[in-house]
Amino acid sequence: MSQLFSKKNKEVFANPLSINNPITVQVLGICSALAVTAKLEPAIVMGLSVTVITAFSNVIISLLRKTIPNRIRIIVQLVVVAALVTIVSEILKAFAYDVSVQLSVYVGLIITNCILMGRLEAFAMQNAPWESFLDGLGNGLGYAKILFIIAFFREILGSGSIFNYNFVDALHLKDFGYLNNGLMILPPMALVVCGCIIWYQRSRNKELQEK
Amino acid sequence: MNTNSNVYTIIYASVMVIIVAFVLAFVSSSLKETQDLNVRLDTKKQILASLNIRDTKDVAAKYTEIVKDNLMQEDGTLVEVPAEDFSSEYNTQILDKKYHVFVCTLDGGTKYIFPVYGAGLWGPIWGYIALNSDKKSVFGVYFGNEGETPGLGAEISTLPFQERFDNKKVMKNGQVALGVQKNAPQDDYLVDGVSGGTITSKGVNSMLKACLSNYLPFLNK
Repeated sequence: MSQLFSKKNKEVFANPLSINNPITVQVLGICSALAVTAKLEPAIVMGLSVTVITAFSNVIISLLRKTIPNRIRIIVQLVVVAALVTIVSEILKAFAYDVSVQLSVYVGLIITNCILMGRLEAFAMQNAPWESFLDGLGNGLGYAKILFIIAFFREILGSGSIFNYNFVDALHLKDFGYLNNGLMILPPMALVVCGCIIWYQRSRNKELQEK
Repeated sequence: MNTNSNVYTIIYASVMVIIVAFVLAFVSSSLKETQDLNVRLDTKKQILASLNIRDTKDVAAKYTEIVKDNLMQEDGTLVEVPAEDFSSEYNTQILDKKYHVFVCTLDGGTKYIFPVYGAGLWGPIWGYIALNSDKKSVFGVYFGNEGETPGLGAEISTLPFQERFDNKKVMKNGQVALGVQKNAPQDDYLVDGVSGGTITSKGVNSMLKACLSNYLPFLNK
């Protein structure tokens, strides 16, 4: 048991949450981070879906890693991810229809998410299933964390609400001349917010600064 | 074993594809029935949502109780469709010139629901427009979308957007005037669009105009 949570394994899980974050440090998965962060709710759903799929596809690829022919490894990874996502979406359609309607857009986005392929290729191909599982979980959550932060600022400034609760209307801020910033709900501002997070993180972490 | 030989690679790829295809086919066919049931239930739920009935527990029972499916004939008369012919493709049937009208009996009188179907930014959008018994003002609407951007175009499927349609007027000089516009003037016919979802909003606008116009024989009767 102590081996399962050794120092190295803890790092495998925790690093992607901070100094090796997939979005802010590895700059992977930016496309979907821009697409789904206009509101908090879809951002959280997307973050959790990616976490689950990354963790499990990591495990599957890690189990198969010694048998996969080198020349078609990317194709094998893609097939595993696509199959997994399709199965999950079919099951949701049958047993949790409302969730599946909400997720419909994300299914395609999950398959093409660079984090998945990045982790499969960089980690699961060389490591055992348990470490790969932790790595997938950590990277998924690291991704979800950044999505949450970006969506938080975009929803507050762009739509004047938190989790669809419209505080601008509730506080009658518009009577004082307050206006929501429409620019915030457009994708370019997600990139700017993301850039601010990267800036903040780099200025605090000596290790991340280039000489 | 040499995992890099051509033979191994080809066999590996073939076996993998066959296994994955088999698993997917199995999952898909074994869940098909439950999924179809869900889709039909969801269609009923959407039709009820246009009547502002959004929190019923037993959707199927409520639907059977108040909604009657009718087909509009060329002269604008309605012919009832048997309930067992329920389909979940009322919206796309518009393209085949089959114009359904749902006649509903509520406490507040008779309502008419018209399915509509159009194109958003990324994919199809559809909806159900419920009119009051005078066939001139909106009672409630429902809009669905397949792949509009969450937080932007997909806002058409949220309550705040749909509520903007309540009590709007539909007909002006015998033509459909109900629509969506950016910075809509404060009038009886136009609804403000979604910020950041301009193309989807325009899609809703042309969907309303195009689909409701098919019903002119009935609306002007």
